[in-house]
Amino acid sequence: MNLSSEDKFDAIIIGAGPAGSACAYTLAKEGRSVLMIERGDTPGSKNVTGGRLYTYALELLEPGLFSEAALERKVTHEQIMMLSGDRSVSIDYHNPAYNAAGQPPMSYTVLRAVFDEWLAGKAEEMGAMLVCSIKVDDLIEQDGKIVGVIAGEDEMYAEVVIAADGVNSIMAQKAGLISDIKKETVGVGVKEIIELPSKTIEERFHLPAGEGAARMLLGCTAGIHGGGFLYTNQDSISLGAVFMPEGAAEKKKSVHEMFQELKMHPAIYPLITGGQTVEYSAHLVGEAGFRGIPQKLYREGFLMVGDAAGFVINTGYSIRGIDLAIVSGIAAARAVISAADSTAVGPAYMKELENLQLLPTMKAVDGYFDVLETKWLYDKVPNLANDVFDSLFTVTGAVPQKLSKTVTGALKANDLSVWQLIKLGIKGVRSL
Amino acid sequence: MSIEKMEAAELLSRNKFNIDEEEAHIIIDPAVCARCQDKPCLYVCPAVLYKLDKNGDISFDYAGCLECGTCRVMCKNKGIVKWVYPRGTFGVSFRYG
Repeated sequence: MNLSSEDKFDAIIIGAGPAGSACAYTLAKEGRSVLMIERGDTPGSKNVTGGRLYTYALELLEPGLFSEAALERKVTHEQIMMLSGDRSVSIDYHNPAYNAAGQPPMSYTVLRAVFDEWLAGKAEEMGAMLVCSIKVDDLIEQDGKIVGVIAGEDEMYAEVVIAADGVNSIMAQKAGLISDIKKETVGVGVKEIIELPSKTIEERFHLPAGEGAARMLLGCTAGIHGGGFLYTNQDSISLGAVFMPEGAAEKKKSVHEMFQELKMHPAIYPLITGGQTVEYSAHLVGEAGFRGIPQKLYREGFLMVGDAAGFVINTGYSIRGIDLAIVSGIAAARAVISAADSTAVGPAYMKELENLQLLPTMKAVDGYFDVLETKWLYDKVPNLANDVFDSLFTVTGAVPQKLSKTVTGALKANDLSVWQLIKLGIKGVRSL
Repeated sequence: MSIEKMEAAELLSRNKFNIDEEEAHIIIDPAVCARCQDKPCLYVCPAVLYKLDKNGDISFDYAGCLECGTCRVMCKNKGIVKWVYPRGTFGVSFRYG
């Protein structure tokens, strides 16, 4: 296509990730003219997830679409692992109802290069236009309204420009809606894709074919606010860790080194041994939740969706981003479709974000941020858990301690008090 | 091949890159970096592209950048004088993501 075309689109979407593609799909389905501009050579090639996708979002986009989606394994095992030195405590939660017959499985593990390309393809099938390998450099403003984008020498115009350009939303900055990212609001995630035969993965994680595990790891960040993750894909494992970068800088610990140490942990190594690392990736992830959402998500002619709008939820035991991205893309499209004129689009978008439960959901879990800020959560809590289990399972022939003494001893050894735990409990109950 | 701790350079060699030889997408001002006490970039770049040379100065190579943006967020003394995404067709292309 000729990018310097004088034609005006109904919408230009910057970024063909899940938010952009869901938006493009919904708009194109209603017959709107949509141009999606992606800086990667293919959609997803600049994107990284942990990760998993909660299926309800795809169902919202198009019922049944998940059955042909480029997904890895349906998650049937939810796991939490607490590491302390060489030791580990693991929890495995399995509820068959999450994956009952006749309904969409609750979530799938996913690889973004594959998934995003598939979803963008679906938007194209609906009639959206996709151009790749083009980086949008700037926005075009006329009379206080955003009317188009500039990419290199080209100018393109639209009724509305939708920033789906991710966590480092340069476009939202250009629009004057956000300032520089504050360092305490983002984590840096690093990840390796480790290839293994599907049979090996199923044996190691005790999974039937096609089923998968999602595991959160606590105690693998040298006491820095953060955690690890492990997701089983069809023929690979996504192993990674997220660190608050400020913590890494303060402790002068390289995020790369800390992550490499995690690979060698006696509870992790047997799961990945024999595998081959085929990719090393990194990405920022919003950690501030509801309070990280910019004050304004729109101005005339301009909307922000997905990561660009700060739509990420981290509760410590589950992390959501792709689903929120898809929902926000749908909300933006519905706002564009329903609004009578360009000044009505922004307010309509906010209303849709309420209707589709996105903002209420984020608000409901806002308190997790306060709990997750508790510094000793990242070393002392996993240490304490391991110490208690250690006392329970250690048999040497000596007279065992009373359990109450074991627990108080473990607390003392970790420089924690019952009072601190009670305070965290109260804080938890109050804010969650 | 088995699992072991890997240097960043070795990890990066597993990725697909198309390096823009003509235009650096990140540029640092060594004079500013020399005055920076904490040098957070040394620890937070997952690709370990910020290093200390033998004179104790920051050396930086944009090839191998994973485009995460962490250095941009953490650079407090503005030694990073330019940070943009690479031009279209350039930079990292994740095959898994």
